Amino acid sequence: MPVSGPSIRLQNVSRHYAAVRAVDGVSLDIAAGSLVALVGLSGSGKSTLLKMINRLVEPDSGEIFIGETPVCSIDPHVLRRRIGYVFQNIGLFPHMTIARNIAIGLELAGEKEGSADRVAELLDLVELPQDTASRMPDQLSGGQQQRVGVARALATRPGLMLMDEPFGALDPVTRDNLTAQYKALHQRLGLTTVIVTHDMAEALYLADRILVMEGGKIKANATPAELLSGNAGEEAEALVAIPRAQAAHLIALGKKS
Amino acid sequence: MTEAWQQALARVPELLAAHVQISVSALLLAMLICLPLAIWAARSPRVAAVALTVASLIQTIPGLALLALFYPLLLGLSALIGGGISAFGFLPALLALTLYALLPILRNAVTGLTGVDPAAQEAADGLGMTGNQKLYYVEAPLAAPTIMAGIRTAAVWTIGAATLSTTVGQPSLGDLIFAGLQTQNWTLVLAGCLFSAALAISVDLLLGLIERGIRERRRILAGAGIAIIAAGLLVATLPLLITRDNVVVVGAKNFSEQYILARLIGSRLEAAGYDVRYRDGLGSAVVYRALSRGDIDVYVDYSGTIWTNQMQRTDAQTKAAMLDEIAKWTSASHGVKMLGALGFENTYAFAVRADDARQKSLKTLDDLARVSSDFNFGTDVEFLERPEWQMVQDAYPIRFKTARSFSPTFMYPALASGEVDVISAFSSDGRIAANGFVILDDPKGAVPSYEAIMLLAPKRGRDDKFVAALNPLAGAITVENMREANYTVDREGDKKTPRQAARWLNDNLRE
Repeated sequence: MPVSGPSIRLQNVSRHYAAVRAVDGVSLDIAAGSLVALVGLSGSGKSTLLKMINRLVEPDSGEIFIGETPVCSIDPHVLRRRIGYVFQNIGLFPHMTIARNIAIGLELAGEKEGSADRVAELLDLVELPQDTASRMPDQLSGGQQQRVGVARALATRPGLMLMDEPFGALDPVTRDNLTAQYKALHQRLGLTTVIVTHDMAEALYLADRILVMEGGKIKANATPAELLSGNAGEEAEALVAIPRAQAAHLIALGKKS
Repeated sequence: MTEAWQQALARVPELLAAHVQISVSALLLAMLICLPLAIWAARSPRVAAVALTVASLIQTIPGLALLALFYPLLLGLSALIGGGISAFGFLPALLALTLYALLPILRNAVTGLTGVDPAAQEAADGLGMTGNQKLYYVEAPLAAPTIMAGIRTAAVWTIGAATLSTTVGQPSLGDLIFAGLQTQNWTLVLAGCLFSAALAISVDLLLGLIERGIRERRRILAGAGIAIIAAGLLVATLPLLITRDNVVVVGAKNFSEQYILARLIGSRLEAAGYDVRYRDGLGSAVVYRALSRGDIDVYVDYSGTIWTNQMQRTDAQTKAAMLDEIAKWTSASHGVKMLGALGFENTYAFAVRADDARQKSLKTLDDLARVSSDFNFGTDVEFLERPEWQMVQDAYPIRFKTARSFSPTFMYPALASGEVDVISAFSSDGRIAANGFVILDDPKGAVPSYEAIMLLAPKRGRDDKFVAALNPLAGAITVENMREANYTVDREGDKKTPRQAARWLNDNLRE
């Protein structure tokens, strides 16, 4: 059931918090079906930029289009129901079973019929056992909870997924697993995904295009290969230098032994 | 079981029912106000600040004062819209208790709603919930245990404070406590306290059960709690559902003589076939108005009180002329019938210890004025504010060293023990003679006459059977008998209940 995800276009988008320019006149095109990573240090404006796409944050100026539709022309809650949203703190509803957590988007859309089947399908998709459905969120590990978070976001078959440091709080092994599995899901479902991360290694592995942000501006917009070749500017180079140095160190260690 | 306990317990079911009714009504009204307000406050910090400040301010007003304040407020409101609002009984009690219950419910609801995990809120927004959906699916369920805890606190407070609603004429378990305190009938006080405490504890436990049910998401627990409360409510209010015809209400102010006379009147009405209820412990300001509105049917007042408080007169008249004018005035202005004087007077009388009277040769208020700068004055809670005190001060140059207020129960022992040197006693009080206190004469007639008079509500004034049942009491009670009856109720040992004293009084009427 490949869905074709929409393209996204930002035109001169800005957002200020008091005197701070979180996002400063960003213009950008994201191709349909791409997996784009927004990389940058804390406070670089990447989360703000992401949240303006589903109107969790409203821009002060500029316009954002999903496909050809300006997002400001759609009621926020209607818009958000068409977009999957996954974030670091997961936010499962502690008073609902996993099944109800996953199906809540369907419930909001009034699609109660067949939701049990859909929940089963989604549990398979995020590789959770079926008996998870009847459990409560606090009975699951962090990794399992974020799998549920992803399943919940996918329940209404959105074409676009927005992910804000989705695996940032998980242990490295779980994180690596989930990253790989999500990449496969993205391709299988034909999604457009924008993922915010501060981890360049993750971005290099996951994304087919990487946007480097600093001070509210996009400093680099390149493929992982271009970034690694060192042609994407000094901000990008500073971020790439860290995994590159780590990799070199590991290789050196391997040769010694 | 002793007779005192039997009498106390006999009144419990009806008072408990009224207590439950007023508490539950106030709690429900408070919830109705607070929950929408809390939702608004949770979305606007400014609304939260204002609402919580107002609720906290209300909480600092003593419960008794809050109740008392609603009486003039409702009277004013009623006058403003041309009548129809009762300032007596249920309504003022309901409003005061509701205000009292606001703070805990509001505070907990705002805390609960604003304390919802930000991650859950972000998820709700991200999923595309509208404000109402977010409230229904996420905020309300997550805040429910905290809100429930607030309701629980409010319930316990309200049940406790409801005992004070007696003072504005709303029956409650407080009737037992107030009557018991006045007549030093500790059985009554104990019964009132035990039952209101038991009520508060059971409600607290049941609401706690519901709270746990919600917190742990165990529907059975919450359901059981709700079911038991509903059943309890039904059983408790059952006595109120049985309406009886021919019910008359006898009013009484808050001291022993009034309780005794109310029982005397009540027993005669019962003998005449009426079903009698009592509203005890009413404030002087409330009781006459309640009678004129028909909220109570009959009570005993004192000529001087009507003269100064209701008629706003300060001139001195002979006893007969005063009674005559009072009868005309009550009838003309409120349709209230003065059935007649009972035959004794209960006036303010300045009493001193016998040894002081002898050593300092105190006989009159003039003598008292002479020594007053060395004397400590003990008085009841209202005398210093009453016009009679002004009249006395105008007539005699009295300036006491100190003045302290007591409940009548403690005023006499205070004089006996030397804590104070002179008190504003009540002339029909048996404790004057029992303690050997000396009453000082009032040669200038500064204190008006306080003949005990029976006042009838407009409807009862036209009820021949009613009038016939009470007519024999006119002029039939001597001051000696009233003192004796009062003393049997007020004394420390071998105490009689007001009903027993009333029976004795009825057997000793002057022909």
